[in-house]
Amino acid sequence: MDMSQYLDLFLEEAAEHVQTLNQNLLKLEHNPERIDLLDEIFRAAHTLKGMSATMGYDSIAGLTHKMENLFDMLRERKISLDAKVFNCLFKSADALDGMLEGIREGETEPVNVDTIVKELGMLENGGLEVGSEAVQNDETKKDTELWDELNEYEQNLVKTAIEKGFYVWRMFIEIHPECLMKGVRAFMIFKSLEGRGEIIKSVPAVQDIEDENFDKSLVLYYISADSEESIRKEMNKISEIKLKNINKISSKSEASDNNSSNNNGIKERKKPEGIVDISGKKQKIHQTVRVDINRLDSLMSLVGELVINKTRLEQINSSNKIEDLNETIERINSITGDLQTVVQNARMVAIEQVFNRFPRMVRDLAKDLGKEVELIVEGKETELDRTVIDEIGDPLVHLLRNALDHGLESTQERMAAGKNTCGVLQLKAKQEGNHVIISVEDDGRGIELDSIIDKAVKNGLAARTELESMDERELLSIIFEPGFSTSQEITDLSGRGVGLDVVKNKIQSLSGDVYVTTKKGQGTKFTIKLPLTLAIIQALLVRSGKEVYAIPLANIDETTSLEEQHIKNIQSQQVILLRGSVLPLLDLRKALSVPGSEKEDELYVVVVRKGEQQIGLVVDELIGQQEIVINSLGKHLSGIPGIAGASILGDGKVSLILDIATLI
Amino acid sequence: MSKEMQYVAFNLNEEEYAADILAVQEIIRWTHITRVPRAPSYVKGVINLRGTVVPIISSHLRFNLPEEEITDTTRIIVFKINGAIIGMTVDHVTEVLQLKTDEIEKPQAMSTIDEEFISGIGKVDDRLLIILNLDNVLSLGKKGDKD
Repeated sequence: MDMSQYLDLFLEEAAEHVQTLNQNLLKLEHNPERIDLLDEIFRAAHTLKGMSATMGYDSIAGLTHKMENLFDMLRERKISLDAKVFNCLFKSADALDGMLEGIREGETEPVNVDTIVKELGMLENGGLEVGSEAVQNDETKKDTELWDELNEYEQNLVKTAIEKGFYVWRMFIEIHPECLMKGVRAFMIFKSLEGRGEIIKSVPAVQDIEDENFDKSLVLYYISADSEESIRKEMNKISEIKLKNINKISSKSEASDNNSSNNNGIKERKKPEGIVDISGKKQKIHQTVRVDINRLDSLMSLVGELVINKTRLEQINSSNKIEDLNETIERINSITGDLQTVVQNARMVAIEQVFNRFPRMVRDLAKDLGKEVELIVEGKETELDRTVIDEIGDPLVHLLRNALDHGLESTQERMAAGKNTCGVLQLKAKQEGNHVIISVEDDGRGIELDSIIDKAVKNGLAARTELESMDERELLSIIFEPGFSTSQEITDLSGRGVGLDVVKNKIQSLSGDVYVTTKKGQGTKFTIKLPLTLAIIQALLVRSGKEVYAIPLANIDETTSLEEQHIKNIQSQQVILLRGSVLPLLDLRKALSVPGSEKEDELYVVVVRKGEQQIGLVVDELIGQQEIVINSLGKHLSGIPGIAGASILGDGKVSLILDIATLI
Repeated sequence: MSKEMQYVAFNLNEEEYAADILAVQEIIRWTHITRVPRAPSYVKGVINLRGTVVPIISSHLRFNLPEEEITDTTRIIVFKINGAIIGMTVDHVTEVLQLKTDEIEKPQAMSTIDEEFISGIGKVDDRLLIILNLDNVLSLGKKGDKD
């Protein structure tokens, strides 16, 4: 069978599973006592194994199989979770990642995983101290473990029962996977057993079983005078179920001298995950459909066209004044609005997808650097447009690396400064209106303004006198300039020639903005502000000469009218006084060399914000606020400074959208 | 064996030109063009082509000819090349004609326009048609930009 058509799906899902592996391994490293995490990990590895075997990727299947074995042993506590095991498991996860990447790139050369497989095998064998017998018996739990599964009340019941000469059995029953009425089967089991004894505990609980709220296996604790054989006989009478396992439970005091209760005759492996599945599956049941992003894109562009035509319709109506049309237009207006929101939401992806890979990255980097770092992630659920999500990863990696490498001090330095030796790195995302704010904050040494000046002078970015007259904000913005790098030495992590200017460019290309605040000795905070969506935005239309431009509302602080005589010149820079503070002006006509020179009687100023800086754009007329659909200018005209794109207005004409960040 | 190919013929500044018809998406009348500031000088601007924003270049300015006058016969030829849509203004679209490969000669340094824009000279009867190298003509920002 040709599997290539499933390749994309396989890769996508496999990547998710590797992600789950990584995440849960990390969690487990923090809380080794959470054995339930192992089950999650096991499941991910298991699914991955099955998937890759089906697709014919034997090396992945082989590796996951080895991992699975190891997880199994960990779960049974045959080997302990130590650093060696974790390292090996992380390495395996990396190897899986690498192999998937290889498949994605179409490499045919199989990645060599022998060493890791061997390492896994060694760990596995090293853990086999219990002896080979234990492996054979792993379908049955040790008496003491069985005992520990019961709560105090149940233990008392068991004790009393044993004292009275009853047997207590732990039964592991599997229901045939194709059984349609699991609940009924379970009921029959209960019915049959309760006639001859008492069920003191069931996993899952009786209520869940009645609701058919369980997977395919049951564990029952049963007190009866019956022998194992007669119970087996009873169970065999019920069709579509299988008594996989039965153990006699003895009270703890007897456990040591009552080893014979282990039933060695049964060869089937007990699958404890069968039980855990029930709780695991409950966690996430979303009804989802995977949709090709291209379909969403074309849906979005159709909605875009609808918005354009709606605006056109509104214009026709306002010039022709047709009463009956009004109501319909109102309706269309609200429907388009809803439609837009729905489509937009469909394209939204939780930033989790990006954030999830960071804990692992930070852990590894911190280890490499010999620093202690705690990463706090907040706002994973914040949603962003898919296109933004795809692009935001690299800048964030860059900022996190910077923070780890330069921001946070070494352990000794921190101690000397009287700080907690463990550095704190905070990665937060939140939505604010039509924007998403992502911040990367460390509690490290902060950025020294003097060193910025030194560096900038050294790299020839500006003259010292000029720099020394700058305020803190202006100075800090220099670190985003091309050719600036604050690192004292070149390290493997950062400082390989690309600096924060790359981050800034990327963010700006997403119509976002990035700025930094810092406090000496207390830390540095990078803040990224991104629009929720890149497709449809609110904009103010302005006229300059005969040309109409759109300014994204997100960039605008306020607008005001202006009289020619209020414009003052300071050092050949036109400024006005706006409520006491000096606002530099930029005449749009000059900036964009708009043809025509006739003076208008009245001018307007649109106060826009570039990062922390305010600038007044001088325009001839404020036309009004409108929803516009952003079109790219195509690859031929992309990258023109000051122009973010184009939009088709209601009258069918194209108007350019100004990019404030690069205009000035 | 000579292959026969179809070309769209048009006039520019009294000279005849031809472009491979397979690269032509459509030919439209003059329409409102929005100027794009800070773009190369031969870029006239962008138009709205049924909901798509399409950049338009001026053939006159691209070939360093005097700027065109817009008349009734001025047309915009919309090309689709390497997946990108881009329009070019021409003075007058004359016809669609067929040329055999052996009717096309190598470009000579005889034309008024830059050699890299020409892929050959087509001869039909006593007419000479300059066949454009559309890849070079329509790729913006490459060499040949003289602004």
